[in-house]
Amino acid sequence: MYAALGIHGCLPHSHGSQGCCSYHRMALSRHFHEPAMASTSSFTEGASVFGGAANLKTSIKNVFAIYNPEIIAVHTTCLSETIGDDIPTIIKQSEIPEGRYVIHANTPSYYGSHITGFSNMCRGIVSYLAESNGNPKKEQANIFPGFLNPGDMREIKRIVTEMGVPSIMYPDTTNVMDSPLLSTYEMYPRGGARIEDIKDSGNSKMTLSLGAWSSDEAAAILQSKCGVPGVPLKIPIGIKATDDLIMAVKDGFGVDVPESLNVERGQVIDTLIDTHFQYEGKKVAVFGDPDIAIPLTEFLITMGMVPKYVLTGTPGNKFEKTINEMLEDAGIEGSRVKAEGDLFDLHQWIKEESVDLLIGNTHGKYIARAEDIPLVRVGFPVFDRAVHPLMPITGYRGCLRLIEMISNALLERRDRDCTDEDYELIL
Amino acid sequence: MENECSVPAEPAACLDERQLSIMTTGKNKSRIHCADDSLAGAVSQRACVYSGARVVLNPVTDAVHLVHGPIGCAAYTWDIRGSLSSGSEMFRQSFSTDLKERDVVFGGEKKLVACIDEIVEKYHPPAIFVYATCVVGLIGDDIVAVCKEASQRHGIDVIPVESSGFLSGNKIVGYRAAGEALLKLIRPKEGDTVEKTRKLNFLGEYNLGGEKWLVERYLAEIGIEINVAFTGDSTVAALKRAPGACLNLVQCSGSMHWVAMNLEQEYGTPYIDVNFFGAENTAESLRRIARFYGDEEIVRRTEALIERETKRVRPVIERYREKLKGKRAAIYVGGAFKALAIIRQLQELGMDVMFTGTQTGKPEDYEQIGTIVSEGTVVIDDANPAEIERFLLEKEVDMMAGGVKERFLAHKLGIGFVDHNHDRKDGLAGFDGAIRFAREVYATTCSPVWERVKKNPFEEAQG
Repeated sequence: MYAALGIHGCLPHSHGSQGCCSYHRMALSRHFHEPAMASTSSFTEGASVFGGAANLKTSIKNVFAIYNPEIIAVHTTCLSETIGDDIPTIIKQSEIPEGRYVIHANTPSYYGSHITGFSNMCRGIVSYLAESNGNPKKEQANIFPGFLNPGDMREIKRIVTEMGVPSIMYPDTTNVMDSPLLSTYEMYPRGGARIEDIKDSGNSKMTLSLGAWSSDEAAAILQSKCGVPGVPLKIPIGIKATDDLIMAVKDGFGVDVPESLNVERGQVIDTLIDTHFQYEGKKVAVFGDPDIAIPLTEFLITMGMVPKYVLTGTPGNKFEKTINEMLEDAGIEGSRVKAEGDLFDLHQWIKEESVDLLIGNTHGKYIARAEDIPLVRVGFPVFDRAVHPLMPITGYRGCLRLIEMISNALLERRDRDCTDEDYELIL
Repeated sequence: MENECSVPAEPAACLDERQLSIMTTGKNKSRIHCADDSLAGAVSQRACVYSGARVVLNPVTDAVHLVHGPIGCAAYTWDIRGSLSSGSEMFRQSFSTDLKERDVVFGGEKKLVACIDEIVEKYHPPAIFVYATCVVGLIGDDIVAVCKEASQRHGIDVIPVESSGFLSGNKIVGYRAAGEALLKLIRPKEGDTVEKTRKLNFLGEYNLGGEKWLVERYLAEIGIEINVAFTGDSTVAALKRAPGACLNLVQCSGSMHWVAMNLEQEYGTPYIDVNFFGAENTAESLRRIARFYGDEEIVRRTEALIERETKRVRPVIERYREKLKGKRAAIYVGGAFKALAIIRQLQELGMDVMFTGTQTGKPEDYEQIGTIVSEGTVVIDDANPAEIERFLLEKEVDMMAGGVKERFLAHKLGIGFVDHNHDRKDGLAGFDGAIRFAREVYATTCSPVWERVKKNPFEEAQG
């Protein structure tokens, strides 16, 4: 659903019971503090017995008639998957107005995680929409950003634009899930990737595929379908991953790195030098989506912190391998890394040996309270704070924000716990 | 009856099928259509059967709530209520059997058995509620048999909740499933009886932000004790004492009316409707309870409490009333009980209710709403965002009360918002709640931010 919201004029459609749709909208609204529109096939017992084809066809007809989107992105649910509804065939049999689109992704909850669903929808977008006109490739980059906040997507686009390279990003939820309050309200906000741009992505010179879990499969499909090579990269969290992104653009398009980005990088290094003693050697537990947890761990190592526990709920052996390699390179021993884990695991580990800081989503707050450890909120979902969807943790500016959040959390804790004699004005 | 709708509400933004679910008081002769299934393709604000069952049962604090299905169903309903507990925090966990593709193909019963065994071993709960989700209903896991067998094996209550999401898009069906589970839980074993007391049960009270505790204090003051609330801050043991009450209060009518009727049939306990939202409703409800007991001392104490509290609340409400008078309000909430309560409170604050609706109201609920709102108010069942948006703008609403899905829509339209969802953490019940509600309505309706919304120098400069 989140990926689909990153297409301009798109109404995500949940093919299943109403509850699924309602919960996803609620979760997105709570994280982004924005309305999250999506329709549902409103399955009843009848549909469950006889199949959901009629419901989906009626839905498509009704949605175009009432809500008039440019495109409907259907995602499935456990129910429709188990029934075995053949979505492509149903879409082919549906009445779709001229110039409008219906695409789909298979997203049952019993397979993978929300990142799997995001990735599947990205694949769907590429498969249905991207096309190559056979001409030589244009000097433009595709960016598959991964499951990120709009603030991050905006920052990544800014960096690529700063380098003088035109880009097409999708999904792109800027000005959708962080849309401004203007004098008029539009059900379809101004942002989101335009369909004509998505089509044109088949003519781009390369795809910057950010995040192995969320983007690489879609990039691979675009490569085989339209011959656009994909460059697999980490989501640019931290200095190293941001450097890698910039170098990929530099090498791919033969452009120079502008001085402005070099200045931004220098500011991060300068800040790290000014503050490193505040967090050096502190033990930290990181949990969240793999494409965020991996570069974040890399940056924490750069900061001189010790990633004691790194955990994701999403399956994939590559997670443990990647993180363990990073830890090994840094000479850090005694850390625990787990894919397809849960916070119960993490809590048990912390009870055995505690850490100085937790970094992850809102769900970590119970551990934070139980064990009296500060929590820096990063990733999805963050239900109990606002403003974060607009503020990047990516790029060099994101580095500064992460340093600020992490060192503030530790300093607040120090101020809280220290004796009167140690309570200092200047830290 | 169905086609008598003399003046349909303006059809611009909605399908013909939806017109009968919208009426304007004073205009339409026919009854509103409600509790129908939502249209396929609707951006419905409704949820599912499982959701309905979960919100009713979730506040049973020391029970384990085990969601038999893929992980999504449990993840999205993790700690979904603002119900407070004076004891166990077990209910805030969301246990799941985490069904995977294999299980969907080969059946999930074995996994369910293993989960129950593991939970019993690790946590020793007095009861486990096992919720059926869509997939479980579809693949046909026999959760009733599994639960029965597990109950016998472990000597605790393992109660199936038949809440497959697809059974209906209306949470009411889920309320019923939860009600059945509760009745099953409290039914004494053969030969056992629960002795009658002078205490009362408080049905449809979920202790959001400690609301049950507040009412409990009022009742203690007038000399009445709560036996157990359904289900706010309740425990399995306390619920089992439910048949011993001499009276059932019914607050959230949508979820508990049916349970109250069954309790009357099974245990001969009469019930009365109460409503502790708003100062006037609170006073009225306390009097009704006192009258039932028919004890002069109770009546005297009740009047003394009402007088004292009213004296305290009145001037505060008056102060807000002056600021809020004539402002226009809209309400869109889950159940009719809540809608009625909020309409009344907003009216106490001098506001005009322009538009109201619910996800799950019944015909008689809508009739009741029709009698208390003024002419020209739009009443709507199962509204979609397009309809909400249209009426908010058309009726020039200043403030909306609703749940989380409506909040950001209202905000985007530049309209104030008060959360009355089932996950709120600050109590709104009783006299104190009336003050808090008034303050929240004032804070959002009269926030300085709306001035900045109205006056944008850039747009003005461009004409």
